Amino acid sequence: MEPVIAIAIGVLTGSGVWLVLRPRTFQVIVGLSLISYAVNLFIFSMGRLKVGAPTFTGGAGASALADPTPQALVLTAIVISFAMTALLLVVTIASRGLTGSDHVDGREDGL
Amino acid sequence: MPDAKLPLTLMLFLPFASSAATALMPAGARNLVAWLAGLTALAVFGLGLWAAPEIYAGTVLRAQYAWLPEYGLNFSIRLDGFAWAFAMIVSGIGALVVLYARYYMSPDDSAPRFFAFLLGFMGAMLGVVISGNLIQLVFFWELTSLFSFLLIAYWHHKDAARDGARMALTVTAAGGLSLFAGMLIIGHIVGSYELDVVLSSGRTIVDHAMYPAALALVAFGALTKSAQFPFHFWLPRAMTAPTPVSAYLHSATMVKAGVFLLARMWPVMAASDYWFWVFTPVGAATLLIGAFLAMFQQDLKGLLAYSTISHLGLIVLLLGLGSPLAAVAAIFHMINHATFKASLFMAAGIIDHEAGTRDIRQLGGLYRAMPITATLAMAAAAAMAGVPLLNGFLSKEMFFAETIESHVDSAFDHTLPYLATLAGMFSVAYSLRLIDQVFFGPEATDLPRKPHDPAIWMLAPAALLALMCLLVGVLPTWTISGFLSAAVFGVLGALTPEYSLAVWHGLTPALLMSVVALGGGTLTYLGLKDYLSGAVEGPPLLRRLSGKRLFERAIAMLSWRWARVLEELLGTNRLQSQLRALVVIMVLAGCWPLLAGAGFSPAAALASVGVWLGNTWLSPRWLTSSAPMVGMFDPALLLVWAVGVACAVGAAWQAKYHRLVALILMGGSGLATSITFVWYSAPDLALTQLLVEIVTVVLILLGLRWMPRRDELIPDDQLTSARLRRLRDLFIAIAAGCGVAALAFAVLTSEQTATIGDEMIRRAHPEGGGHNVVNVILVDFRGFDTLGEITVLGAVAITVFALLRRFRPARDSFAAPDQKRFQTEYDSTRYAPGKDPINAHYMLVQGVIIRLLFPVICAMAAFLFMRGHDLPGGGFIGGLTFAIAFILQYIAGGARWVEDRLVVLPVRWIGAGILLAAATGLGALLFGRPFLTTAFRYVELPLFGKTPMASALSFDLGVFALVFGATVLMLIAIAHQSIRVYRTMEKASVREKAAARSRGDV
Repeated sequence: MEPVIAIAIGVLTGSGVWLVLRPRTFQVIVGLSLISYAVNLFIFSMGRLKVGAPTFTGGAGASALADPTPQALVLTAIVISFAMTALLLVVTIASRGLTGSDHVDGREDGL
Repeated sequence: MPDAKLPLTLMLFLPFASSAATALMPAGARNLVAWLAGLTALAVFGLGLWAAPEIYAGTVLRAQYAWLPEYGLNFSIRLDGFAWAFAMIVSGIGALVVLYARYYMSPDDSAPRFFAFLLGFMGAMLGVVISGNLIQLVFFWELTSLFSFLLIAYWHHKDAARDGARMALTVTAAGGLSLFAGMLIIGHIVGSYELDVVLSSGRTIVDHAMYPAALALVAFGALTKSAQFPFHFWLPRAMTAPTPVSAYLHSATMVKAGVFLLARMWPVMAASDYWFWVFTPVGAATLLIGAFLAMFQQDLKGLLAYSTISHLGLIVLLLGLGSPLAAVAAIFHMINHATFKASLFMAAGIIDHEAGTRDIRQLGGLYRAMPITATLAMAAAAAMAGVPLLNGFLSKEMFFAETIESHVDSAFDHTLPYLATLAGMFSVAYSLRLIDQVFFGPEATDLPRKPHDPAIWMLAPAALLALMCLLVGVLPTWTISGFLSAAVFGVLGALTPEYSLAVWHGLTPALLMSVVALGGGTLTYLGLKDYLSGAVEGPPLLRRLSGKRLFERAIAMLSWRWARVLEELLGTNRLQSQLRALVVIMVLAGCWPLLAGAGFSPAAALASVGVWLGNTWLSPRWLTSSAPMVGMFDPALLLVWAVGVACAVGAAWQAKYHRLVALILMGGSGLATSITFVWYSAPDLALTQLLVEIVTVVLILLGLRWMPRRDELIPDDQLTSARLRRLRDLFIAIAAGCGVAALAFAVLTSEQTATIGDEMIRRAHPEGGGHNVVNVILVDFRGFDTLGEITVLGAVAITVFALLRRFRPARDSFAAPDQKRFQTEYDSTRYAPGKDPINAHYMLVQGVIIRLLFPVICAMAAFLFMRGHDLPGGGFIGGLTFAIAFILQYIAGGARWVEDRLVVLPVRWIGAGILLAAATGLGALLFGRPFLTTAFRYVELPLFGKTPMASALSFDLGVFALVFGATVLMLIAIAHQSIRVYRTMEKASVREKAAARSRGDV
């Protein structure tokens, strides 16, 4: 499944990058979320893909288990990306309250 | 040698401790803080006296604490004769300045702030002089610059004070950085940063190829600190500081740090022509220019500042000469200058304080009004001029004698005696001017205040210092010789030359030079007297050429003009172009190694993909084998990702006009991600991702109502330029996506080498007490990381909360749904508000179900949390689940309904969580283990049975509480915005109705 996962990561990244380059704040929020999926999957896959080998000791030997380090890194990254989304959302809401526009620059193009 | 560890440590840290204590005192406690500061200085002085017998015997006292022993760095204190002499000056004059400042500072000034800074400075200065380690010395050196900044800017409401402070900090801190680099080079050459090792390195430094670089860097540091030409301009501007500060920092101590350092390094760095050619010309130039400019100052403190510059130049010149006798003269003059200049500054402060002005043109005839002050100032000024029977004469005569000696044979060396005599003349002239124009001549009539001698305790410090000038000048062998020889021995050691401190050396050339200087100086003053009493500030002709102006121009150039040019060239206010540049650079950086490295061809890369597919998917192996294996093809997961990929593209496509659709599609991609995690052996990740997905969607749904309506096309979107822009971004996005996909594929199909993961799996249960390795990593192996991470989470949540408390939301974008609106209209005609059966019971069935689910979800959260150390779960997952239990209640019942029934205090949960996690970590320290070490054992619990109880569980509980608090806080904060808006709308409608009614009545 390696090519599929790689392509999935690529598409998530591409969609995210496209959205991040858009002018509306909501697009950027969605784009950053998609990029975080891609990045989390990417870091996770650095431990390679292993089926049926969750990292619980007590059963099989260590060599048969998946790599726990990237998993631990990604777990905190997921929670942090939620916090980032929340902060960004609030900032964009506040920015719209102040400027009346949901453009990322706080004003429409050409104004 | 007695055990010096405790006294030396106290000597260094007592001022800092008192500084901290002083800073916490109430603003009105003037006497208390002054007593504390004075006693601290006296205590340090007393410790110095305690050490005196040892020091006089030539012993070096040391105290050392391990700091980074593996890098050969120790926190070390080293007290030899020279350091001791300086420590005595710093603490002794410090005590006098505290006494003086107590009477000088007005009751309106914050005394705790002043004395806290002063004590902090005292500690930093002591740190410079008694550090036994070069790095540590630089640290305290920079600290003196910082405290000097704070003290100069003490009256921070004055522009001049702020500017002066900024300039002093810029110049001296830049010097400090340079000194740091120099010290690193010296440490590299010698192989140690210990001062003992460095000082015993002989000619190692001088003979090393990097000596010129080290010398240049150290010289820049020392010359800026000691206000040497051409870096002298900051010192006169620093005179905006309160006068006690000028007396202490800018005459007696801080500016001496530069020459202190030069003397300190003298034994191992001076033995070269470079040394002579750097310091002698700079010292000579500073000596002359400082003295010349001092004659033309109209501000009393300005005159003293330029005179200080000139005297520091004299010391630098002496050190630059490179002969041991000259070094003796330099050290002697450091001590003498500290006494007479501090005394003079105090006198200047008294005059300013009592007469209300420091302008020499306005002052005059003060001798009659304040005879004691005048006498003291005259004695100190005479010492400054080098009049016989005062201490300044002795060191100045040693200086004259040294300039006659030949050092590095050159025309410059031969002219030194003449330059020295000329500077001596200037010095006599400005000293004479100070005495004559301030204390004699016609009595000033237009002074802001009526001058008189101040309180006895304000005079005492200046009097004591002036008395010392006299005693040292008359009876040098009885008073100063022991002190001086200890200091000299500390620097020169075995090199200490024979020198004599007698007042009368016979008819020597040096005496002739002194006589010429005194006579010439008097004539110079008489010639300039009339011009000076009417002239404006600064010398004729040179007035426009000021270092300050050049400095300000340079700063403006650097920080403003160049910055603006750069901003115009490179900057943009537009987020899109910045992000675009970022992405493009990242893509190019990713391609760079492929394009730059030889041997990469796209064809070969494609071929290797083909080979991989041939070995896996296209081989018959996966058809026959039933066991899971790497590279296996799986149609179910393919289907998941077919949907996931479609969702991602759809979200990208729809996010502009159909936000809700995009949000749902985004959730689809998240779901696919979550499934992938569980598929590939990461159940913890899958659970976390799933739960985060839920709260994210709820969060953004709550936020949607504050986004503007966008149900019609934006007309600009159809322009060709917009289309082209989108095409370009599409290309960039595809390039980024392809790059990341290729990278991921390359890693996924490469062989995995051994990682630290194996080690973590091996040690998880024996050392962490858990079977769930991911959880053990989070709460134990990388617990510090997690602690930082939850701190960030808590900070973000509180930021969200704080932002929303202050912000005014935009107008609501969405009206209430028709159904609700019609129902409300209908009900309002029949029922009292809030009693309407339909709206009040909106979503009744779902609400009841969710309410019933509340305890179930809470139990689930507890379950997930408790088993987390061994099975999927843990603090993050439990906390998120717990948060969802609450959020569901908000969704079903509304914020008011929930908050009438439940007390949720998310901020306290956040606080409790972080404190618990940190306390657990600190608990390990009690048992002598490093921060966050886990202890665990199995415990028999009722209901639960045999349960592993690791201290990590309590850490995880902290994580749980914080994650719950943060999540709920963010969601509630946004949800409350809606209530706020309704509340303001209700108020507005009530007001409108009232207005309408009153209009109707009329």
